Amino acid sequence: MNKIVSCLTVAAAMAVGLSMVSCSKPATDSDVIKIGVFEPLTGANGAGGADEYDGIKLANKLFPEILGKKVQLVAVDNKSDKVEAANAATVLAQKEKVNAVIGSWGSSLSMSGGPIFAEAKIPAVAVSATNPAVTKGNEYYFRVCFLDPFQGVVGATYAFNTLKAKKVAIIREVSNDYSVGLAKFFADEFVKLTGDQGAIVATSDYNTGDQDFSAQLTNIKKFEPDAIFAPGNYTESALIIKQARALGINAQFIGGDTWDMAAFLEVGGPAVEGAVFSTFFANDVPINKTSESFLKSFRDEYKKEPSAVSALGYDAYLVILDAIKRANSAEPQKIRDALTQTKDFEGSAGAITINAERNADKAAVFKTVKDGKFAFLTTVKPQ
Amino acid sequence: MDLQTFLQQFVNALSLGSLYALIAIGYTMVYGILRLINFAHGDVFMIGGYLAFYGVSTFLMPWWLAVCLAIVVTTVFGVGLERVAYRPLRDSPRISIMISAIGASFLIENLAIVLFDARPKAFPVSNLFAGNHVIGGVHIAAVSLIIPVVTAVLLAVLLWIVHRTKTGMAMRAVSTDIDAARLMAIDVNRIVSITFAIGSALAAIGGILWALKYPRLEPLMGIMPGLKCFIAAVVGGIGSIAGAVLGGLLLGLIELMTIAVLPELTGYKDAFAFVLLIMVLLVKPTGLLGKNQGEKV
Repeated sequence: MNKIVSCLTVAAAMAVGLSMVSCSKPATDSDVIKIGVFEPLTGANGAGGADEYDGIKLANKLFPEILGKKVQLVAVDNKSDKVEAANAATVLAQKEKVNAVIGSWGSSLSMSGGPIFAEAKIPAVAVSATNPAVTKGNEYYFRVCFLDPFQGVVGATYAFNTLKAKKVAIIREVSNDYSVGLAKFFADEFVKLTGDQGAIVATSDYNTGDQDFSAQLTNIKKFEPDAIFAPGNYTESALIIKQARALGINAQFIGGDTWDMAAFLEVGGPAVEGAVFSTFFANDVPINKTSESFLKSFRDEYKKEPSAVSALGYDAYLVILDAIKRANSAEPQKIRDALTQTKDFEGSAGAITINAERNADKAAVFKTVKDGKFAFLTTVKPQ
Repeated sequence: MDLQTFLQQFVNALSLGSLYALIAIGYTMVYGILRLINFAHGDVFMIGGYLAFYGVSTFLMPWWLAVCLAIVVTTVFGVGLERVAYRPLRDSPRISIMISAIGASFLIENLAIVLFDARPKAFPVSNLFAGNHVIGGVHIAAVSLIIPVVTAVLLAVLLWIVHRTKTGMAMRAVSTDIDAARLMAIDVNRIVSITFAIGSALAAIGGILWALKYPRLEPLMGIMPGLKCFIAAVVGGIGSIAGAVLGGLLLGLIELMTIAVLPELTGYKDAFAFVLLIMVLLVKPTGLLGKNQGEKV
């Protein structure tokens, strides 16, 4: 019996390994350019990582070669965990010796891998990590999305001007740098706009993976806010809104780019109807030719609608390929130097120009939930 | 804190606490009989939720049928787990069987990632449970009303089985002394299987109720509730059914009431619960009802 158990265990372990990591093939020759995919494929952020990976895989399928070499994706699962993320980054940098890295969903996870990539002098391109600290002071980290100071400002402006909110409560995912940072940028701007120090009536926290928010929401209910800003993971946020409605809280919910996931709609159901959030890309309004071709091939390939981060994952891959082409080399240092020169690159989610801080200046899109689907509201350009 | 807010928080806590209690009973029963901490209990709980999900959404079964089938299949799964992972090690040192339990837990979690996909799934909540009642300004979700009732009924049934039936008497005998029970012609394997069956059925019911209350399924959803309910069982006095219920309710209350009283410390919710529980254990290491041998299963 023990033998059977151990056989089963080994078989299962192998199955798990194969399904999560497609990296087992060692690169025997230098004819292969390896791009590491550094994403959470399991855990609380699993759906986000998987969506980015979908976009990256599609780009790899459509553009599998550069400089006459084959581009191979090497995926590691950082398991939505900061410690695991450091391990996963080490695997990419030391064992797989990748030429460049894409990822990760989640600023905290990216920040966990950042120093490791910098030390190995491997350029990394974050897809949707919006916290400023991801690229700040790290010469090897880039990103193809906007930043939270911008997102916080447009969120607060939208709450104040369009929603006419005067009192806002904030619920933060306290273990997530993205959420805490965005909440602060939002709060600062909102206080400035209203001119009222007490405009943020309450701030409540929860941890990644929490499922019960009734106590936090009951506390917030007393303050009768006009709107609740809840930047955080999509499933937790959907549960928060659901539980808020069950507690009789009717305030408008506002969120950030993390809500732009099918799982948010599925978990939230009718409760998330009317929620608004800022994000990167709206698939009902293509911006340019690349968006059109991306949308078409994505729908053909996966038979579903892409989320914004899929488009950004697609863009991150293309930006790296573009850098390799301009550098005429797959050497990590040369890719890194070419990345800094990226200018007006036509990505599916808008033109990308990498600035001196290795960030992309891009417009934000507002979406709402209407009849169980995401609907485009408006675009806000950076000043 | 005004009365209405207090009542609201109390209702929230009661609903969460009875859910903890339901799962904690499974831990306590297995421990009472085998002196084994079944680390895979939280994963059995997850399996229950997923089975109900697939019954409703993939096989389009009526609601009651999906739930009943999920409970039955999970029960078979739990009994099978004992057969494969625990029974062969029953005469080994206790540490081996504990390691086996941890291994089984990881195996189930990772198999679930492969089979069910790591992306969270939305649990289809039947309209029967989706409602919302307002009593004196206190909002109560329908499912929050159902959970304490289900827990109370199951507790009564369980206490009846343990204290009023022959099987229950055999369970208590095995719990007191396995070898002596065997000499008295009690089929120990059968009793252990029954214990696992009851524990797994409770885990499945807990999993389904959990999914109704928090309609998000993911393969690792059993870890945190499993850990908390294990602690609830220890605080109540592991091995004691009433203790598990008490521990579960207490844990729910502490968790939510500390936030209610100290709203600025919401980020430390879990830490507060655990710190207070450690304090309980320091004062009374056997748990609150731990010494009550008569209650042992």
